[in-house]
Amino acid sequence: MTSAAFLRTIPAAVLLPEFSAAFDTTLPRAAVPDLALGLEGIELHFGGIRALKDVSLDLRAGEIRAVIGPNGAGKSSLVNVISGLYRPDRGRIVLNGRAFAHVPSQRLPQLGVARTFQNLALFPGLTVAQNIASGWVFRRRFGLLAHLAGLPAARRETRSVDDRVDQVAAFLGLSSHLDRPVATLPYGLQKQVELARALVAEPRLLLLDEPMAGLTATEKAEMTGHIRAVRESLGLAVILIEHDIGVVMDLSDRVAVLDHGSKIADGTPAEVRRDPDVIRAYLGAEAA
Amino acid sequence: MSVTAATIRPVIPAQTIAILILLALAFIAVPHLASPYVIEAILLPFLALSLAGLGLNLLTGYAGQVSLGSAAFMAVGAFAAYNFNLRLGLPLPVTLVLAATTAAAVGLVFGLPSLRLRGFYLAVSTLAAQFFVQWALTKFGWFSNNSPSGVIAAPSLAFAGLSFDTREGRYLLSLSIVTLVTFLVHRLVNGPEGVNLIAVRDNETSARVIGIPVLRTKLWAFALSSAIIGLAGVLWAFTYLRTVEPAGFNLDRSFQILFIAIIGGLATIRGAFLGAALIVVFPLLLARLSGFFFDGSIDAGVVKLVERIVLGTVIIAFLIAEPNGLSAMLDRATRRLRSLFGRS
Amino acid sequence: MDWYAFLFAVEVAVGGLLSGVMYALVAIGFVLIYKTSGVLNFAQGSMVLFAALTFVSLVEHGVPFAGALLLTLAAMTALGFAIERTVLRPLANRSPMTLFMATLGLAYVIEGAAQLIWGTQVHRLDLGISNAPFEVGGIFISTFDLVAAGIAAAMVAILTAFFRFTRTGLSFRAVADDTFAAMAVGLRLNRIQAAVWTAAGAVALVAGLLWGARLGVQFSLSLIVLKALPVLVLGGFDSILGAIVAGLIIGASEKLAEVYLGPFVGGGIEGWFAYAVALVVLLVRPSGLFGKKLVERF
Repeated sequence: MTSAAFLRTIPAAVLLPEFSAAFDTTLPRAAVPDLALGLEGIELHFGGIRALKDVSLDLRAGEIRAVIGPNGAGKSSLVNVISGLYRPDRGRIVLNGRAFAHVPSQRLPQLGVARTFQNLALFPGLTVAQNIASGWVFRRRFGLLAHLAGLPAARRETRSVDDRVDQVAAFLGLSSHLDRPVATLPYGLQKQVELARALVAEPRLLLLDEPMAGLTATEKAEMTGHIRAVRESLGLAVILIEHDIGVVMDLSDRVAVLDHGSKIADGTPAEVRRDPDVIRAYLGAEAA
Repeated sequence: MSVTAATIRPVIPAQTIAILILLALAFIAVPHLASPYVIEAILLPFLALSLAGLGLNLLTGYAGQVSLGSAAFMAVGAFAAYNFNLRLGLPLPVTLVLAATTAAAVGLVFGLPSLRLRGFYLAVSTLAAQFFVQWALTKFGWFSNNSPSGVIAAPSLAFAGLSFDTREGRYLLSLSIVTLVTFLVHRLVNGPEGVNLIAVRDNETSARVIGIPVLRTKLWAFALSSAIIGLAGVLWAFTYLRTVEPAGFNLDRSFQILFIAIIGGLATIRGAFLGAALIVVFPLLLARLSGFFFDGSIDAGVVKLVERIVLGTVIIAFLIAEPNGLSAMLDRATRRLRSLFGRS
Repeated sequence: MDWYAFLFAVEVAVGGLLSGVMYALVAIGFVLIYKTSGVLNFAQGSMVLFAALTFVSLVEHGVPFAGALLLTLAAMTALGFAIERTVLRPLANRSPMTLFMATLGLAYVIEGAAQLIWGTQVHRLDLGISNAPFEVGGIFISTFDLVAAGIAAAMVAILTAFFRFTRTGLSFRAVADDTFAAMAVGLRLNRIQAAVWTAAGAVALVAGLLWGARLGVQFSLSLIVLKALPVLVLGGFDSILGAIVAGLIIGASEKLAEVYLGPFVGGGIEGWFAYAVALVVLLVRPSGLFGKKLVERF
């Protein structure tokens, strides 16, 4: 299935069900026309260590924004702040036109945010299909008792989830693996299952924490294709944490560079590549 | 493809047919053929413990929350049923539902720490249920209608003109309840809530971030598990022993139920039945064997100690050699049989 | 509150603190094993029973005190190595919960074996410590409890020194901090594990003697594990200091509650009160008072 075909299978209302409702609060929509994410002066401490120092970042709808930096630069901390797993000590996060001091992680999907993890965070006890379907759980209207009683409407809901899972799986080429226990899949495919689980939630913002880590060259090419297709067909904004500079420069519209918790550069791939600070702090090691 | 097992195969799978045959035998043939000894000493405790094992498996096997206080919820179920019957004189099914609900409510309260605590900290905190419930039932005479040392006796079991007080009647009542609950649990774990349970067990952080209601899922697991274990307590008290005291629901009983779940196979439904069968039959077998080989020269106390040692060894052996329990062994055996028949 | 009532309250509290030390004594055995292998060893209680039963049976068979002590220590060492070989090694790299369940099985085996070997009757154990209370400023303190507390304190000092200053002790800590790194630099994990279980066996012996002298040596001795568990969760599974502080807190509050709260609810609350105290504290601090707080990485 092509990406365009995938897009057509999902009605717009389903794709962005809370779209109009989401933009009703605090920030007037006109002020930030297509802001998918805003970070303002984020500070994060672990004991005495400052993991993030006054980091600000903005992300426009439909933009792929890479965050790069050496190990320990604070990239994953940034993703964890955006997804509410860490509580920043200062600063605020603007999501969906609403500002948060601390993003409520359990309401992340309702805010239109989905993420993947640096080290896989799938559910090994479930099949591929169940893992993907788990990304849609937050939309379910029927609870435990309805399912126990076997209500027709609850069954219909389950069937429609199955259909969605089928679509996403087809989109990412996972259809033939759906009934396998996810733990039996090769690593590269598990990475894609995680992407599928994020996509089935129909997010507006996708956080990808090192999606290429541990992949072979072929798998990387495939994953790059998927990310691009996702952005083009679904118009998602993507935060991409990645070590592979080739992938980053190829995929992203803008690149932010972190070093020791501070943002030292921000701009298009070409600009960042030229930035002397970046070359010194990060690319320098590879260029030498 | 499908998330639910039921929609995969439109034809009735062989496993379902096997279960239906098994049920037909259990409901029709067993009451006529089984000796009183088999029903009283094997089948009735087997059914009650299977149900308890099933309840704990929901919590520990599927949702990944280890509980060391199962016997407390058995006790709550038994004493609740006793009191609902004694004080309100409600029909049997209503009494059963209320007893299960009471056990669920108590389970919910003792499940609250699971929202903050994990792993060993949670496991130890479930011991609080064990000791508190046993203490309360012994201390406050009201629960046992002021009988000495809190002993309660089973009331007459009758409903809609049917009496279940005979040996066969108690067996059929027990079997019906176990069958119904097992069916519901099967539906639960194979539906979307089953996905939630396993997701919470396998990776809590990831479950939370994708919007699975982690806290609600944990509390549901505690409540449902306690309700089922509570029903098992009713069966234990009303259909098997007929008189019980709080001391009968001690820590050893809790461990026994945990062992059933482990030996049978965590996160499987039939594991509870296989584990319970082993736990019930094994001591009887051991006593028979020692009687046979040593002709009663071995003291019953010694046999009990040997039983403890062997049981402990069996647990360790299973954890080392077959962590997925009897259920996985059965799987392998049927596969081997099938390939054997497939070839011939 | 008048003066005598106050003195009585102090006396109750002091008695509680001293029995708290006894709880801590059992809890330390758990901490040793948890620190180096991440296992909550439920069999610690049965090890206490095994040690006490072995010792008292040897003495009853005419073995002199020191000889019985040495022989029991040897038996505990053998037990430690046997457990490492037959349980821990085959279960290496399995989840902590699996190991915990294995120690449940182990508890059954050790309890059964101890009683099968030495019999199930109750043994009286006399360590020659006077049980007569003495008076300090109007309050009575049990000599035995004070001596027991002294022995416990000495043992904690020895253990601390051992971890700090000896090569073996330092390697214990290395294993606790980073198992893989410890293996990479050539520490022999199996030997260390066996040694830790032996050390826990020695702690069990001391606890078994003191508790055995108090309660008599019998099956119920293994149930003191249930007294140690709330102490452990309160103090944090990996902290010796935590075990002591939590032991004191639980010992004192339990005795005070028994005297002042017990009468209102019919008494007998010592079975669960410690758990209630531990739970309340845990709701505020989920890894105990002194337990290592893990920073989660995603």
